[in-house]
Formats: sequence, C-alpha cells, structure tokens
Amino acid sequence: MTKKSNQSRLYVPEPPFRPGDTPDYSHIAVPANHSPPRPDPLCEDHETVEHATSLIRVMRFNGEAVGDWAPKLTADQKRKGLRDMMLTRAMDDRMFNMQRQGKMSFYMKSRGEEAVSVAHAMALRKDDMTFPTYRQQGILINRGAPIKEMMCQCLSNAGDRLQGKSIPVLYSFRDYGFFSVSGNLGTQMIQAVGWGMAEAYKDSDGIASAFTGEGATAEGDFHYALNFASTYRAPVILNVVNNQWAISSFQGIAAGEGETFAARGCGFGLATLRVDGNDFLAVYAATQWAAERARKGGGATLIEHFTYRKEGHSTSDDPTKYRPENEPEVWPFGDPVDRLKTHLIHIGEWDEDRHAAQAEECKVEIRNIYKEAEKMGSLSSATNVNDFTMFEQVYEELPGHLQAQVEAFKEEL
Amino acid sequence: MAIDIKMPALSPTMEEGTLSKWLVKEGDTISSGDILAEIETDKATMEVESIDEGVVGKITVEAGTDNVKVGTVILQLLEDGEDESVLRDAAVAAPQDEETQTVPTSPKPQTTAPHPEEGAKATVSKDVPSDPAIPTNIKMVDTTVRDALRDAMAEEMRRDEKVFVMGEEVAEYQGAYKVTRELLQEFGSKRVIDTPITEYGFAGIGVGAAMGGLRPIVEFMTFNFAMQAIDHIINSAAKTLYMSGGQMRCPIVFRGPNGAASRVGAQHSHDYSSWYANVPGLKVVAPYDAADAKGLLKAAIRDPNPVVFLEHELLYGETFEVPDMDDFLIPIGKAKVRREGADVTLVAHSRMVGRCLEAAEQLAAEGIDAEVIDLRTIRPLDSDTVIESVKKTNRLVCAEEGWGQSGIGSEIAARVVAEAFDYLDAPPERVFQVDVPLPYAANLEALSLPGTEDVVKAAKKVCYV
Repeated sequence: MTKKSNQSRLYVPEPPFRPGDTPDYSHIAVPANHSPPRPDPLCEDHETVEHATSLIRVMRFNGEAVGDWAPKLTADQKRKGLRDMMLTRAMDDRMFNMQRQGKMSFYMKSRGEEAVSVAHAMALRKDDMTFPTYRQQGILINRGAPIKEMMCQCLSNAGDRLQGKSIPVLYSFRDYGFFSVSGNLGTQMIQAVGWGMAEAYKDSDGIASAFTGEGATAEGDFHYALNFASTYRAPVILNVVNNQWAISSFQGIAAGEGETFAARGCGFGLATLRVDGNDFLAVYAATQWAAERARKGGGATLIEHFTYRKEGHSTSDDPTKYRPENEPEVWPFGDPVDRLKTHLIHIGEWDEDRHAAQAEECKVEIRNIYKEAEKMGSLSSATNVNDFTMFEQVYEELPGHLQAQVEAFKEEL
Repeated sequence: MAIDIKMPALSPTMEEGTLSKWLVKEGDTISSGDILAEIETDKATMEVESIDEGVVGKITVEAGTDNVKVGTVILQLLEDGEDESVLRDAAVAAPQDEETQTVPTSPKPQTTAPHPEEGAKATVSKDVPSDPAIPTNIKMVDTTVRDALRDAMAEEMRRDEKVFVMGEEVAEYQGAYKVTRELLQEFGSKRVIDTPITEYGFAGIGVGAAMGGLRPIVEFMTFNFAMQAIDHIINSAAKTLYMSGGQMRCPIVFRGPNGAASRVGAQHSHDYSSWYANVPGLKVVAPYDAADAKGLLKAAIRDPNPVVFLEHELLYGETFEVPDMDDFLIPIGKAKVRREGADVTLVAHSRMVGRCLEAAEQLAAEGIDAEVIDLRTIRPLDSDTVIESVKKTNRLVCAEEGWGQSGIGSEIAARVVAEAFDYLDAPPERVFQVDVPLPYAANLEALSLPGTEDVVKAAKKVCYV
C-alpha cells in the first residue's frame, strides 16, 4: 500500500492500488459485532456522531442477522428484496450487452450496489419522493415500475415516455416517486430538500430522499443541501453512495482521506449514519430509522452507504485501465445478492436450487421484456420517435414562435 | 432483408477482436437469447447473444479469425419466409454509420423575400391576448414600481396558498429594496422565508418546491448574485419539463433587480436580459412602469412555466398610474406601443423605455415623430409588434442597457432585417453599454451607460438628419 505522507506540502491523493498491483484490503476492518447501538429516531443529532465514523451492519458473513438494528422483515419481504436485486442485475447485464451490440449509445450498471437502492426503496413509503442519481434503478424495480418503459427510455424509441428527449438511464417516473435523474451532478440534493419542505408546507407527512455518489459530494450542491436541510429541519434523507470510485478517481479525491462522508453531516448538525451498503438488512434498517425521524418532524439524516462499484462507471470506460482487475473480488464486504441469499438459507427460507432457478427466471423475464421493448425501435434501427414531439413540453403550452417552427417543419417535410 | 449480426465491442476502447468460436452453424434455427459465438480480446471474453430469431443464413467471418473490426457483419440471419437469395456479399460490407440511413433529406427552405407591395403575411401574434380593457370608472392610483410589485405578490398570496416568497432578507428586513414590505406581517414566517446566504441553495429549494406542487417566488437581492444559481434556473427549472417528458412542472418566479444602479460597480450592475432570453423553457419579463410591473408579476406567478422577472433598481422609486382593479393581469409575451409615431421606431425594455420616451420628446421638438415600443417580455419575444411598426416608420433603433454583442437589440435587428428588409430605409441602429465592465467613478459610469442623448443620436442617424 502506498505510504501516506503527512509531511508533503503538495499532496495529491492516490488510491492504494492501480492496475498491476495486488489489492489487499485487509487493513479495512469489517466489524462483526460492533455496530453502534440504535438510538431513538427522534434523538438529538449529536447522539449519532459515533454512527458517522463506525459502520452499521446486521448480517454476518455466515448469514446470521445480529444486533438491535436487525429489522423485523418477513421471509417473503426478504425474498422479494432478493428477487428485486437479481432482476436489477439481470436487466443491467442485458442492457450492457445490448449497448455493446449498438442498440443504445450508453448504459450504466449498478452491480454490487443493488442493496442500496432496493432496500432503501423498500423501507420508504411508495409515495415518498426519491431524487436518485444514475445508479438507483433498483428503486424503480422495487416499486414495480414497468421495466419495458425503462428499456424503451434507454433505447429512446416509440415506447419512451420521455419521447426521445433524454439520454439513456436518466429515467423520470413521477408516478413511481422517481424524480428525473439530472445529468449535471448534485442538483437533486438541494431540490429534494425543497420538495421535502413543500411536503411539510402542504401538511403532508411525505418525505423526500436524495442520492449522490461520493464523488459528487465535492459539488457545492451537497453542502448547500446539508445546510438547508439543517436550517429548516427538512423532512429528507440525504444519501451518499460511497462506491469507492468516481470513474477513475478513488474516493479520497472527492473529500480527502481524513474523515468519512457521513461525518460531513456532523458539522451541519444533522443525524448521521454510516451503513454497510452491501448488507441489505442494514440498509433497510438505517433507512427505516431516517424515514421515521423525517416523518415525525425530527429533521434530516445523512446516510453514507459504504459499498463498491463492481463494474465500470458506464459503458464508456474500461475499469481495468485504472484499478486492479480482481479488486471487486477481494473487496472485503462481499456481494449484496450473495449475502442476502446466505442469510435466507441460514434461516431456512431459501436454498441453492431455488436461487439458481430464480436467476434463470430473471434472465428469461428480462430477455422477453427486452424483445418487446426493442420491437418499438432502437439506435441501430429506427427510433420511431415522432418528429413533432421535439417541439412539445418546452413550455406547458406551445408558444407562437414554436408553433411557427412546427408549421415550417411540416412544410419542409 | 436478412438481419446483419455485427462484431460487438467488449469495451469502449476496443476496435477489433478475435472471433474465437461459433456455437451455431448455417441452417440452424435460433431464437432470441441463444448464444451465437464467443469473441475475445487480450483482456476478456464475451458471448454474443442473438436478439432476433430466424435461421442462420450465412456465417461471414470464420471462427478463429483475429483482428475482426468492431461493426463488421459476422453473421446474416434469415427471418421467417426468407431464403438465401436475400443474402448479399457481406465480406465487403465495411462498418458504416447507421444514422445516415435514417436522416430524411429535406428540401431547401424558400429564400424568396416577399415584396412590400404584395404585403407580407399577417404577423400579429394570435396566441397572446391583449392588455385588459380598463373600464372608464376605474380609478388610477399613483404607485411606485416597488409597491406595485409588492401588491402583486400580496394579491397572489391571498389568492393562492401555494404561493410563497423566499430569499435573503425578505422577511424581517422586508427585502433589501423593501419590495416585500409588510408581507411577513400579513402572511407569516412560513410563507415569507428568510434564507441562508446562498443563491444556489434557495434557488434549488425553490425548484424542488415548485416541482413538488407549490408556486415559489424566489427573490434575488440582485440578479448579479443569481449567477451562482443559474445552474438551477437553466439546467433544472428550464429543462426538466422537457427532459421528463412533461412529468415535472416548474411554476416558479425568479425575481429581483437587474442591470446598472448608481455607483455599485461592475459586479452589481450586469444586465442579464440576453443571457436568460437565450434559453428555451424560460419566460423572461422586464417591465418598465408600475402597472406593467404589477400586471406582469401577477401573470408570472400564475404562469405554469418558470419565469425570470427582471426588475430595475432605479425604477423601484418611480411613480406611475396603476388601475385600481381586482384582477389586473398583463399577458406575458406582448409588447406595448408606448408612443405612436410615424418616422422612426425606438425599441427598448426596462429602464431604457424611459430614455426612449425622453428621446422621443426631444426628437419631436426637432420635427422627428418617433414611435416607442416597450418589449415588456423578452422571451417569448413579440417581434411582430416591432415589425408592424417598422413597416410604418421604415427606421429602427434598438436600445438596451446591456452590452451590444449578442444583445436583445441584435436579435430585434436580425428579425426585422429578415422579415421586413424591404421596408427599411436605413440600416438598424443599436444603442448599448460601452464594452467594458461597468466602472465605479461617476463620470466613467455615466460615459459607459447609454442615455437619452445616445438614443436621439441613433434616431437622427437612421433618419439621415
């Protein structure tokens, strides 16, 4: 491991391992029984200071669920969570392959981070608004959004509810509580605070939950959001998905190597939780805690989900160019699907055969949905998006000058 | 036509690879999801899955071939009912840009200019209603622009509980320029909200709240400070309706003083009219007198779109007549002829309207009859009213406080030249700020900013006087 100097006057942090190195993460402690206690969700913010630097975990690697954070979920609920994660993964694999075959210009997988989105969504109410970034497709899968429509959005075809107006994976599903993913990073954080405040203004008990990667916590948006969430005690959850990598920059580039991302909330007087993001039950428990706090007027919580991005940032980069090829396998927190599977087997509610059958079932389901989606058009055929939709939704109504452009366009055709 | 299966890329940087193995042979019937082949590079191996179904017609690249370029046809698939006659020689089919196949060729637009005598097409903007008729028994009340803006907000807040105002110093202090005077007392601290000092932050809060169903009015102490918030105004407020396919609406008003005041230097004197005017999805309003300020702000608050409402610090204290009416709304998108004239058209917005009216008086004394048009709305821009006027006067002067390059005057001039070229008796003239950051010293400041004399001079120039 690169020795960290505390004496250099010009210091640029470097990740511990680059291609060619043998990654060894044995220095990262994986706490087994040392999760900090679960305080009352309406506690004072300073009572969560230690939660910002430790790690909330529920599942041991042998599948046992321990500690007072262990959520009371039925086996059916856990199996639903497992299936949602597997379906998300199957969809990601399929879409990635289809991008490679020229059917869409771009795609982003969430492998390794499925628990963050699926367990989080499961612990919220369906009408709570989420403000995701581009790797929370698991929220949509969990909430039962039509997968075909998600695919059509990526294919930008006649079935795209955005009518070809946005790039792949910038989903927008208001009816599933999924805010339009923004291409310029971070804006959703402060907008979620505004949305949450609007819920309170309207006397509704709805909350908002926003996501950013650890890299984009360097954006001012993140700090503004924390400040406003604190000032107005907004009913929101602010999530940092620390998946270690922002394209090729390791997490130390975003914020230095001194402190955790959750700890950034302490100075703002927010409740702060740091959770093992590969532990489905722990993510569920942390979200449930923060949601209760927000809903009951206790204010906002900053949650850092400590996880690992197992694939490239998107279809546009090649991770083997900037990190060791086997780093995902040696990451000490395992895989979220495997870990929940092990837990379900441990409690006698699952087995290897059912798991294998379900993996195949997800693959076939996704394949069949994809076939239907591609019939409506793709990048490599015709997109079939109606030309005239181009002029719509610039404004709520079509203004005169755009109407004139529509007429001129019709004449040209 | 047979379906071409092409060499896929394993990574974005891959240009070629090895087709290591075929798992199907010619004549095989395959269905979607079947694995057709394996390809590899020095780093990885990938299975090529069939998306379509059919019969393998022809394998065009043998197993074991190295350096197969990405995009090369490797297999041709026959669909139902097709036979081998549809197969073409794929060996020569190099990868090609598929997009070129789908771009329709459009005929060149007509370039014939209309002849003045024939009369150009009717250009009155049909979709924008005119100003409301003011009944003769309505009392006109002398009101400052500041109070007109305040009254507009108060009336709309009484009318609709979803309307609230937020910004720096808007509550207890009553606004840096006292535009939110007494709103806190009437509506309370949950509807008149003081914010931390971060334009970016409260603009973002406003956008989120608007999309969440409220109707925020966001006050900027000046639009100079809104530079920090411009990402939310443009990338989120203006574009999200479009990018969400109509799902995320953003009814919000961003308002505050814009342009030069007195002795406040370069960073407090910038005119942003042309910046915001450039952006589809926004409406941009810049009123001159108190009645327009009130009627347009009420319309802006009710508008379902994001509206940038540009006020002027030096107009806040000026007094004009405002009709004492319950629901006085001025439509967004309609210019106003403030003075009729026959010899030259003077076009302006915000404070320059006053300069143009003064110039028109001076010109009248010299026998030049000027028409003055107040744009009022910068986007959508009512150029039709200007063009109608130019058809009558045949001369155009565009005046604005901002810089000239890519300014509002450039846009007006371009539209008039394009649509009424044959009516012009002189090239259009523009009046604008000297191309320097606004200096502080009073004499330099006065020299930098355009004034009445500049308008008079420009008008005489187009009249060849």
